[in-house]
Amino acid sequence: MSQIMNPPSASRIKVRPSSEREGRKDYISIRDYGFWYGQKKALDAISLDIPERQVVAFIGPSGCGKSTLLRNLNRMNDLVDDVRHEGDITIGGRSIYDAGLEVISLRRRVGMVFQKSNPFPKSIFENVVYALRVVGVRDRSVLDEACETSLRKAALWDEVKDRLDDSALGLSGGQMQRLCIARAIANRPEILLMDEPCSALDPIATGKIEELIHELKDQFTIVIVTHSMQQAARVSDRTAFFYLGKQIEYDTTEKIFMNPSQAQTEAYISGRFG
Amino acid sequence: MPTNSDSSTPRGESWVWFTGLGLIVGLAMVVGLLSLVLVNGITVFWAPPVPVVKLDDGKGIIGQLAQRRIRPGTPANAPRYERQYQVGLRELNGNSYLWVDEAKINAEEFPTDVLGLERVENGPAFVRPITLKKSDGKVLAIADADFEAALQSEVASARLIREKLVEINRHQVGEVNADMESARIVLRRAVDLHQETKAVQQREVIAKLEARYAVLQAEGRKVSEGGAVATLAVQDAAGRSVTVPLTQVIRAWFPNRLDTPGRLQLFFSRLNEFIFDEPREANTEGGLMPAIFGTLVMTVFMSLMVTPFGVVTAIYLREYAQQGPLLRIVRISVNNLAGVPSIVFGVFGLGFFVYVLGGTIDQLFFADQLKYNNNSPVFGTGGMLWCSLTLALMTLPVVIVATEEALASVPRGMREASLATGASKWQTIRDILLPASAPGILTGVILAMARGAGEVAPLMLVGVVKLAPTLPLDGSAPFLHLDRKFMHLGFHVYDLGFQSPDSDAARPMVFATTLLLIVLVVCLNIGAIWIRNRLRARFKGASF
Repeated sequence: MSQIMNPPSASRIKVRPSSEREGRKDYISIRDYGFWYGQKKALDAISLDIPERQVVAFIGPSGCGKSTLLRNLNRMNDLVDDVRHEGDITIGGRSIYDAGLEVISLRRRVGMVFQKSNPFPKSIFENVVYALRVVGVRDRSVLDEACETSLRKAALWDEVKDRLDDSALGLSGGQMQRLCIARAIANRPEILLMDEPCSALDPIATGKIEELIHELKDQFTIVIVTHSMQQAARVSDRTAFFYLGKQIEYDTTEKIFMNPSQAQTEAYISGRFG
Repeated sequence: MPTNSDSSTPRGESWVWFTGLGLIVGLAMVVGLLSLVLVNGITVFWAPPVPVVKLDDGKGIIGQLAQRRIRPGTPANAPRYERQYQVGLRELNGNSYLWVDEAKINAEEFPTDVLGLERVENGPAFVRPITLKKSDGKVLAIADADFEAALQSEVASARLIREKLVEINRHQVGEVNADMESARIVLRRAVDLHQETKAVQQREVIAKLEARYAVLQAEGRKVSEGGAVATLAVQDAAGRSVTVPLTQVIRAWFPNRLDTPGRLQLFFSRLNEFIFDEPREANTEGGLMPAIFGTLVMTVFMSLMVTPFGVVTAIYLREYAQQGPLLRIVRISVNNLAGVPSIVFGVFGLGFFVYVLGGTIDQLFFADQLKYNNNSPVFGTGGMLWCSLTLALMTLPVVIVATEEALASVPRGMREASLATGASKWQTIRDILLPASAPGILTGVILAMARGAGEVAPLMLVGVVKLAPTLPLDGSAPFLHLDRKFMHLGFHVYDLGFQSPDSDAARPMVFATTLLLIVLVVCLNIGAIWIRNRLRARFKGASF
């Protein structure tokens, strides 16, 4: 419990002055975006802007398309057969579907944390530095430094620093998820996508991850999909509500939760459906 | 509503027994086969007491009981038995085994002077010794107290002489012959191309080799003739006497004098010979070292070839190929390849690997050899390489299917995690998918090895022989001789059981060889399973 009261790494993370946090308002820009799995239309006419270095939460009932949209931000849905899209998504002004942009370099800029923690069956160290290894970094001192920095940012360093060479599969569920976050931020992406990162975790581990999101938003633009409205309210600056593949409402979190403009949004957040 | 749900045996329960029955039948067959092979294979090396059998016509035989069976043609309710004795002394009896009607046996005695002999030629013999003429000329009678000790020491010293002769005749002369053959090829080439100085040089080389050959022959004669050879005068049950030079005797034992430790010692001495020595007497006696070694080298080499080939194919099929009807056809074809009779692979191996590939290699790289060595092929004939390739082809589907399954069972999360960090597809395959699916791939390799090690039919066409003068792996460069023909345990079983002139004499060896083949396959599998479990331990606790 003491670790929750006093997060071990919080003091070490450099907090930027808030003025520096003011980035582009339309850092990620989604325009008239539609997406099909085969014949089934999963997303319809989505348009929203995600500002730089803020946390945006996607909420909505199961099957509403929020995960699909998230997975399209780094084109993970390309792995699925028979998909197509319309409209466009730009990051920093450049379309992610730009023919000159390799999907690999896109994914290096847009890290992802999955619902189920999925560490590789390798050592903790190798898990964290995997992203650096794939771009060909061999220098041990660079890798060591990246490992420590990432693990500190992921608030995991003090727990694992003495056993970096142990298998990552020996960690607890919450530690594994923080390891996955450390792995995702090791090559310093600009954006971090989180697909229900706490759904398999207990409340204590969830609390740690949420604290972490607060720390990380100074450096990363974070998009999080969550089923927990309390979580969305706690961690996000802006919230988008989806229903049946459509974007119902997108506004500041405060507005969505205190004074939603759509009746459907209000019904969902007050628990009357979904 | 009927309340048959209350019944103590729910519906369908009997099917549990039915499926259990299938397992029991299968297990019974496996256990039965293994114990048959085990019992028959192990007892080959055991030396039981040997009786002198008195028959009612006054004749007698000395022989070790081989088997007992119901006489063919006797009524089932009053069966008459007959016994088969191994009497040996093939030079006198023409056959080492004798069937005797049990009703005609008057008495069985176990006199302590019955002697068993294992000989270099004419098989074993069960006799009663009369006198031993030692190499120093002294003659000992069977009644003398130190007869047995003297006999064993003479057998031991005769063994040294025999080993020296083998060393000279087979190994050194063999080397000289091989050198001479290559020198002759070079000479023929030099003569053909009018390279006079080289031809002269080669003639000198050949002359030197011939001189060395003469020296070796003289040495061999000196060893075999030098010093008087001890001889043993023996007689069989009928009183016919034979004189056996002790250089012919590999082992001599008094089966009715031995205590249990003595029998065990004999047992292990024979087992040791069986595993580590070379075969004698058209493979029906002696050891199986070349066959064990050939099987082992071929199986390992086959695995080394089939694994990368199969894994690479499976990666393409699973990860890169466009999924569709064409791929489905390819996959079905690969699976069906596993059902093709192995002899078909043998024919293909002979037609394609040996004649087409081997013939081409010979023409490209061994043209001189062909031209100046009576057109005798190097790779254009059966050999280690072609056997391994043929079996690799045969076991390829097993590895492909296992690898595909293993790749498919890697959790999606791992794949996505790797791709999401910006790894390319190939990096994901190399760093994540292959290590994670290694245990599954190894399972496929284990299955392939088990199938390959026991396969005989295709090998007969592409390079296995009854008796190979050399091993596929030895101390002379380039150490691994892929062009050589070799011996194989599976073929050895076939050859002993169905091709040997004395099938009775070969029968025990068939069981022993089968047992050895099973043990070898089990050992190979245990090795592979050990590796797999080590790999699995690394991924232990992977909870996806």
